[in-house]
Amino acid sequence: MPAREELEIVLLSLKVASWGVAWSLPLAVATAFVLARRRFPGKTLFDAAVHLPLVLPPVVVGFALLVLFGRNGPLGRLLEPLGIVFAFRWTGAALAAAVMGFPLMVRAIRLAIDAVDPRLEIAARTLGAGAWRVFFTVTLPLAWPGLVTGALLGFARALGEFGATITFVSNIPGETQTLPLAIYTFTQSPGQDAQALHLSLLSVALSLGALALSEWLVRRERPAHAP
Amino acid sequence: MIEVDIAVRRGAFAIEAAFAADAPIVALFGRSGAGKSTIVNAIAGTVRPERGRIAVDGRTLFDRARRVDVAPEARRVGYVFQDALLFPHMTVAANLAYGERLTPPADRFVDRGHVIALLDLTRLLERRPGTLSGGERQRVAIGRALLASPRLLLMDEPLASLDAPRKAEILAYIELLRDELRLPIVYVSHALEEVTRLADSMVLVADGRVAAQGSVADVLARPELQAHTGRFEAGAVVEARVARHDERYGLTVLAFDGGELVVPNVDSLPGEPVRARVRARDVSIALSRPTGISIQNVFAAEVVALDGEFGGIVDVRLRVGATPLVARITRKAAEELALAPGLKVHALVKAVSIDRRSVGFA
Repeated sequence: MPAREELEIVLLSLKVASWGVAWSLPLAVATAFVLARRRFPGKTLFDAAVHLPLVLPPVVVGFALLVLFGRNGPLGRLLEPLGIVFAFRWTGAALAAAVMGFPLMVRAIRLAIDAVDPRLEIAARTLGAGAWRVFFTVTLPLAWPGLVTGALLGFARALGEFGATITFVSNIPGETQTLPLAIYTFTQSPGQDAQALHLSLLSVALSLGALALSEWLVRRERPAHAP
Repeated sequence: MIEVDIAVRRGAFAIEAAFAADAPIVALFGRSGAGKSTIVNAIAGTVRPERGRIAVDGRTLFDRARRVDVAPEARRVGYVFQDALLFPHMTVAANLAYGERLTPPADRFVDRGHVIALLDLTRLLERRPGTLSGGERQRVAIGRALLASPRLLLMDEPLASLDAPRKAEILAYIELLRDELRLPIVYVSHALEEVTRLADSMVLVADGRVAAQGSVADVLARPELQAHTGRFEAGAVVEARVARHDERYGLTVLAFDGGELVVPNVDSLPGEPVRARVRARDVSIALSRPTGISIQNVFAAEVVALDGEFGGIVDVRLRVGATPLVARITRKAAEELALAPGLKVHALVKAVSIDRRSVGFA
């Protein structure tokens, strides 16, 4: 297989995983905060719903996405006039990656927020900071390592996502064929084992790179402090 | 002027507290778990009462009936917690600046340089909270609260997690604050020595209720409150002025209505008003003026009443001039001396029983 094609697959995978994480991270932070700090009726149910993608077979999640966001799905139809299309596009692969990585991100970030002493937030309030400022100057900086860990877990999960992606957006070279899908394709065709192995090694390298990056981000002096 | 009249429910524990105080330092005094912290949290706005009203200097912070509930960040109420709760990810300087930056310049009346000098923080500015000692942390926490220019400062057991020397250090700083910044302070404590030393007026909290309120001397002199103030600590508070220092022996003489009290040296200027707490168990009674005795303080006194006559211990309430004093003696001794209201006696107080911690500047 030409190197250019290989590069294309890697770049597509990185694009899908990065967008997946970028879009779901803010939502994961908000969800983690609500789960860690707020008490409300139906919280247990909400918690369970957030964790659903973690326990469901990925194919089921992919099928649910297809039903909801497909061309004829209720959400898909709603979003199409806005120019947002998921079906059989790389954006759909990113959505599948985001949904599958979401519970992992929420878990890691929630643990980190749980570890922040809520009385520090009360102290900040009495010093004149509103709830949002407290969150961004106290809670979030102190939960930083958990945020990085969560992002990494989500990213790794996105890079490896297979079942939901192939069910939702199929396996279209150049559009939705990410690394795992490409590897799967090669293993299915006789005599292509070498390519499959090659891409697998690339996949390992990418994951290790992401791990190293997150270690560096956590160990680096934490984002100093609010100005 | 602080006005509080609230009801708060905390699980099965109900707190109903009403008090008003107009003094530089008001102490909320009571045992752990009496509800003191909940009351200050309600003043800070971090606990919402079920009913009632809270006002500081005429500004209503909370009024359930009128649906007023000012957000904590808008109350301008400073809060110093038992464990300093500094922001661990910021330097001391950034901690100090946190509230100051959020205060509109027009509302700032506390000068940063002044606070840093007052609390001796210059050397600490670049450090992180994790590297500070307990006393240093508490000083930074006080400075951080002050620099937000609060209209009222709440201090919830600010000395409870410190050792004795650090306690003395921070107490001296709080006295400085009171005298220099003229900021009203609500001081929560279960240590009587801190209350007598710092506060002018006190609110005695027991089982979620206000058991008594008034000047520190008045509240502590009331025998029926002993169950709350604690038997060991029971006693009287003597309002006095520094008369002179005895340099040669390292003693300070305090003049009060009824005589002169000799105590170990207290750093103060002659004429300064002070309060000395004399514990009941440190006071003895003699029928005639004893001679050949090491006790430095012998006062002519009159028996006012005898309390608690059923146990083996009797608290004899005395009057020395206009000043009340309590002597705790055995019932055997009381009967042998035939003590009865109206009897003229002599009250004996060892000078060394009144240490630095028992004397506060009024």
